Amino acid sequence: MDEAESLVRDAATRIFQDLGDPQTINNAENDAWRAPLWSALEEAGLSTAWVPDDLGGAGAGIGSGFAVLRVAGEFAAPLPLAETLLAGWLLAQGGIVMPGGTMSLAPTRRGDKISLVDGKLSGTARAVPFAAEVDHLAVLADDVVALVGTADCVCRDGRNLAGEVMNNVDFDGVTPLEMAPLPPGINAGSVNMMGAAVRSMQMAGALQSVLEIAVQYAEERVAFGRPIGKFQAVQQNLARLGEEAAAAIAIANSTAHTIEHLDSWDDDGVFLDVASAKIRVGEAAGQGSAIGHQAFGAIGFTQEHILHRFVQRLWSWRDDFDNEAVWAAELGRRAAAKGGAGLWHSLTAA
Amino acid sequence: MSVAIQFDPIRLPPEAEALRGEVRQFLQDEIAAGTFDPQGGSRDNPEFSRKVGERGWIGITWPKKYGGQERSFLERYVINEEFLVARAPTRKHFTADRQSGPVLIKYASEEIKQDILPRIIKGEVSFCIGMSEPDSGSDLFAAKTKAERTDKGWLINGRKLWTSRAHESDYMIGLFRTSPSTTDNRRHGLSQFLVDMKTPGITCRPVLHPNGNYEFNEVTFDDALLPLDNLLGEADIAWKQATSELAYERSGSERFLETIQVLMELVDFIGENPDLREAEGLGRLVAQLHTLRRMSISVAGMLHAGKEPVLEASVVKDLGTVWEQALPSVARDLAAFVDRDPGNRVRFEEILSQNIIIAPKLTIQGGTTEILRGIVARGLGLR
Repeated sequence: MDEAESLVRDAATRIFQDLGDPQTINNAENDAWRAPLWSALEEAGLSTAWVPDDLGGAGAGIGSGFAVLRVAGEFAAPLPLAETLLAGWLLAQGGIVMPGGTMSLAPTRRGDKISLVDGKLSGTARAVPFAAEVDHLAVLADDVVALVGTADCVCRDGRNLAGEVMNNVDFDGVTPLEMAPLPPGINAGSVNMMGAAVRSMQMAGALQSVLEIAVQYAEERVAFGRPIGKFQAVQQNLARLGEEAAAAIAIANSTAHTIEHLDSWDDDGVFLDVASAKIRVGEAAGQGSAIGHQAFGAIGFTQEHILHRFVQRLWSWRDDFDNEAVWAAELGRRAAAKGGAGLWHSLTAA
Repeated sequence: MSVAIQFDPIRLPPEAEALRGEVRQFLQDEIAAGTFDPQGGSRDNPEFSRKVGERGWIGITWPKKYGGQERSFLERYVINEEFLVARAPTRKHFTADRQSGPVLIKYASEEIKQDILPRIIKGEVSFCIGMSEPDSGSDLFAAKTKAERTDKGWLINGRKLWTSRAHESDYMIGLFRTSPSTTDNRRHGLSQFLVDMKTPGITCRPVLHPNGNYEFNEVTFDDALLPLDNLLGEADIAWKQATSELAYERSGSERFLETIQVLMELVDFIGENPDLREAEGLGRLVAQLHTLRRMSISVAGMLHAGKEPVLEASVVKDLGTVWEQALPSVARDLAAFVDRDPGNRVRFEEILSQNIIIAPKLTIQGGTTEILRGIVARGLGLR
């Protein structure tokens, strides 16, 4: 992590500690925490890290944006921060100025296609996170990026496993507020990869937090006359959780690094990193969540405890931008096409 | 509170990637010349080790004054992984290159270093590691084999067990008891020694693997006399000397590439048009392998930068050995419905069988799963 990324990380951490603490949000009886937290993030430029200065963003760079996402995961941020970052990134590819406020993007699933005919959109995007809640959507339609007012679309009711708004969005007949052609290489595939890398980094952050609160709990909770963390069975479980978190952190970091330095999205190595991240972090999310729950016992299986804030987002995020099975099938097809020796050569070339 | 797990995104430098090309060419040439057969033959191949030595690829990171090249640990990383994937017969020099040489460089007398290091570098001498005993496996600090200081030298008595390749090794780095443990530190009292395996009083008895392979030995020391100079480092504090080596020993690619031939044959066996089940299963294996490799290179890079990622190294070994152990079973499942004949069915099934049989040892040697998870738990602050 370079110095700029550390600064961004510290700034994001301070804001979440002050205004977005998971326990405080969990205890809150209303949404009063939401506006001040979003304002602080926006004022610090964290929601527009991936938009250059001249397009109304903070121009903080790819690495810094991923640093923000790691922190957002560590705090299980219940706001469209990652989505606004992603939407800003996509709009910037087409040179569209940031409208400000919250955003999300569509489509998020392989196979969903939005088209543009005579200046109007058509098609449906499934599972668009926070769609009905945000001000704008960045939409990939054919080889064009479009800025769309959410109010102009039909958002079907829906929520993800964490209870956050997530909608199927109908774009039929919607006229975009702005449109711009995309440069070569920015297409459905690369947008899907960017989204998968974003979710992987958030999941890595959330897993780190599950690990931290589980270890802390095991040191404090006494049963049979000693802290449960002194029992070997518990230690071995938490070590496994630590290993899953480590794998997630390693591959998510690696993928962010690859995207920060990529020459072309068509590079086979970029796909290898992103696919591996979404698959391996998704697997870690499943195993890590299970171990986290096991460590907390009944106490963790309550609404008042914050564990569910992390676990339910991990379960949701692993489905966003295609789940590990979908990525694995594609990665497997590519590996098979290379043959055994070719597979090893592609791993070392990445 | 914060649990510090760090995996910096590290990439191998250009000089390491340049070396990869040379290594691949060398391996291809040696296979063509018949020096070794990747599909079979002895893992112990003196001619191959000598040729690797001629290239300067043994002890490549060691000081120039002993014949090394002072090149980077990341270059060694590349040589190691390419040799593993090509199933090159490195057995003769592997242990000396990875850990015995570095121990000597750190703790042996100048005379010993001048004598032995250049011979390791030429691929001429072979080392084994004398740690486990009948009553001391994972619990290393229970070792009883005694080293007694006399006027003539160190007198060794006792037994080492499950010692890999002791019968074909020139030297052992042995862990012997020089003092009793103390009540406040049960790790105290063990010392490391250089043992010439030709020393009178040392005998090796075969202890065969389940498939009949001869790798393990019971090594008996019956008044074996070692020169006083052969004590490595200080007496009684081997536990302190050994810890820094562990990160090197535990994070290398041999901790996840041991059964890699299974994956490569599986890919060829499944062929270019996998069905959905095969593709998905293969994709998961590739993602897991790629993640392990990224983690392992990250640890190598941190070591290279002078950090001590002991926790991270244990994580790599546990995840890596569990993965390489499961690989043959996963491959067996994925191959179950292949009814095509891609041309390598016999070879695939042979390699699968061999690896299913050796798989259990992978999570035992060099630190068991349970010990590694204990270390990780300690790193998390739980012990």
